[in-house]
Amino acid sequence: MPVYALKPNYKGERMDRVENFGGNLIVYFGWDEHRMFCAAKAFPLPPTTPFAAVMENILPEAFGQHPEFSQINWDTAEWLLNNEPFKPQMNATLESQGIDHKALIRFKTPELTGYAGAGV
Amino acid sequence: MAAKKLNIKDKYRLLTRDLDWDFSYEDRKEAFPYEEFEGLKITDWDKWEDPFRLTMDTYWKYQAEKEKKLYAIFDAFSQNDGHLNVSDPRYVNAIKLFLTGVSPLEYQAYQGFAHVGRQCGGVGARVACQMQALDELRHVQTQIHAMSHYNKFFDGMQEFSHQHDRVWYLSVPKSFFLDARSAGPFEFMVAIGFSFEYVLTNLLFVPFMSGAAHNGDMATVTFGFSAQSDEARHMTLGLEVIKFFLEQHEDNLPIVQKWIDKWFWRGTRLLTIVAMMMDYMLPNKVMSWKEAWEVYFEDAGGSLFKDLARYGIRMPKYSDVIEKEKEHISHQAWWTFYTHGHAAGFHTWIPSDEELDWLSEKYPDTFDKYYRPLWELAKEKEAKGERFYTTGLPQLCQTCQIPMLFTEMDNPNQNSMRDTVYKGERYHFCSDGCCDIFEEEPEKYVQSWLPVHQIFQGNCGGPEVSDVLSEFYKMNVGTDNMDMKGSPDEARWNKWKGTA
Repeated sequence: MPVYALKPNYKGERMDRVENFGGNLIVYFGWDEHRMFCAAKAFPLPPTTPFAAVMENILPEAFGQHPEFSQINWDTAEWLLNNEPFKPQMNATLESQGIDHKALIRFKTPELTGYAGAGV
Repeated sequence: MAAKKLNIKDKYRLLTRDLDWDFSYEDRKEAFPYEEFEGLKITDWDKWEDPFRLTMDTYWKYQAEKEKKLYAIFDAFSQNDGHLNVSDPRYVNAIKLFLTGVSPLEYQAYQGFAHVGRQCGGVGARVACQMQALDELRHVQTQIHAMSHYNKFFDGMQEFSHQHDRVWYLSVPKSFFLDARSAGPFEFMVAIGFSFEYVLTNLLFVPFMSGAAHNGDMATVTFGFSAQSDEARHMTLGLEVIKFFLEQHEDNLPIVQKWIDKWFWRGTRLLTIVAMMMDYMLPNKVMSWKEAWEVYFEDAGGSLFKDLARYGIRMPKYSDVIEKEKEHISHQAWWTFYTHGHAAGFHTWIPSDEELDWLSEKYPDTFDKYYRPLWELAKEKEAKGERFYTTGLPQLCQTCQIPMLFTEMDNPNQNSMRDTVYKGERYHFCSDGCCDIFEEEPEKYVQSWLPVHQIFQGNCGGPEVSDVLSEFYKMNVGTDNMDMKGSPDEARWNKWKGTA
C-alpha cells in the first residue's frame, strides 16, 4: 500500500521533482572509505555539464580539503553510478552518460587508505 | 442543604467514563472518522483499563502544586546567578540543542495528544490522552522558562522556535513528530505513547537530567524532577495502549508489530543527538551512550519484550543492527557537527586529551581504531590555523532526514547507503530501516522537506549558504556558532570567572 490515508487515492506532493530545481539535476558525490567527509555531498548541476567540469570544479570543491586528494590516481579510481560500475566519459555530458536526477556517484581510490591509514 | 461530597469511586466514574454518550441520531462513524482507516480492530472500548485513576480536578491540583515549587526554584536559580555554577561553558551547548531540538517536540506532543484525545472512540483513552496533552504543554513551557535564564548570558538560544521549523538538523526531530502526527490516532499512540515514551524515553531524560546534575545545572534538574511524575503516567499509558490493542483482536498483532518496528527505528535514529550529547557535549560525563543503551534498552527493553512475547510481539526489527551501532553513532554525529560547525546553531570543539582517553576506555573496540584518527586530523589542521569546516552540503536520508553519516556495521569505514526508485524518481536512505519505512508508505515520504534540497530549490533564501544561515535561519554567524575556542561565550565566561 503506498500510504495509509483517510481518503482513497491520496497522493503526496513530490517535493524534489527535477522540475523544482530550475533546470539543474541533483547529483551526489561520495569518496568511499574517507570519513573525513561525514557523508556524500549534493550538488545542483546542469544536465549538460561535461564530466570534465566535474573533475575540474566539483570534486576539488567537495573533497579538496583532504590531505590525500592531490595524490589521487584517477586512472586507477573505481567508480559506481547508482551502485553499478561506471566509467566516466570526460567529454560527454552528465545526461548523455546516464547520470540522472538524484544520481549517486561514488569513487574508490585503491592506493589511498585515508589519513593515518584509518579510512579517514 | 450542603452538597454531599462524592466518594472517590463515584467521582472518578462521573468525571471520566460518565462523560461519554451514545449516538442516537448521528452516525458514530462520522463522530470518530479516524478510527478505521489504519486497519486496527477495536471491538470493545469498555475493555480499556484506565492506566491511572486521575480526574481532571485532582490533576489540576497536583500540577499546580508542582508548578509552585518549580517556579520558586527557577526564581532562586536566577537570583543567584545559577548559570555561573555550570561545570564549563561548553555544557550550555547541550542546553541550546535541547531547546531548539527537543522542547518544540513537547509542543508537538501536546498537539498530537490533543488530536488523539478527540479522535479515540473510547472515553477512557480520550481522557488519558487529554491529560497527556496538557502535560506536554506544561513541559514545553517549563523547559522554556528553565532555559530562559541561560538565554540572557549565552548566545544561540534567541530564535529556537523559528529555527526548529527551518534549520537543517532540526528537520530531523521536527519531521519525526510530523510523521507521527500525520498518521492515524492509533499509530500515533504506538509511536509516541509506546515506542518513544515507554521504550526510549529513559534514554532521553535520564542522560539529560543526570547530565544536568553532574554539570551543575540546577534549573534543568528541577524541571526534570517536575516532569518525572508526568513521565511515569505517560509510560503507563504507553504500555496500556499496546496491551489494549493486542487484546482487542488477533488481526491487530501484525499491524502493531509493524508500528513498533518502524517507531523503534525512527526513535533510535532520533536519539543519535542524545548519544552525541552524552559522549561529547557534557564536560562532566555521566555514562557513555553505549552503557546507557545497554542499561535502558538491552536490559530494561529486553525484559519488556520478553513480557510482550505472550501476545506474539517480538523484538523490534533491526535491534541487532542498533546493538552494533551503539559503538559508533555518537562519534559519527559529533564529527558531523564539528565539521559543520559553521552551519550549526551552537559551538563545537575537539575533545580534550582527557576526554579522548575516556572515549578510548569506554569504546575499546572502536574508538582508537576508527574515531581517534579523525580528531588527530582535526588537531593537526587546527594547529596549522585551518580549523576544519567542510565545504558543500551533505546528502540526506529521505526518511530520517539525517545526513547519510552512518556506516556499514561490517565495514565501519564505509557510509551505509540504500536507495529505491518510486514512480521514476530515486530516493536515498541511510539504512535498511529507513528504506523499509519509505517503501511501506512512499506517498507519505515523497513529501519530505529535505533542507539541502530546499536550499537548492531556492526556498530558503540565498544565494550563498551564509545568507541562508543568517537570513533564513536567523543565526548570528560567527557568534552563535563556529568553534568554542574564540567564541564570545568563552570570552564572557573567562571574564566572569576572572580567568581571561
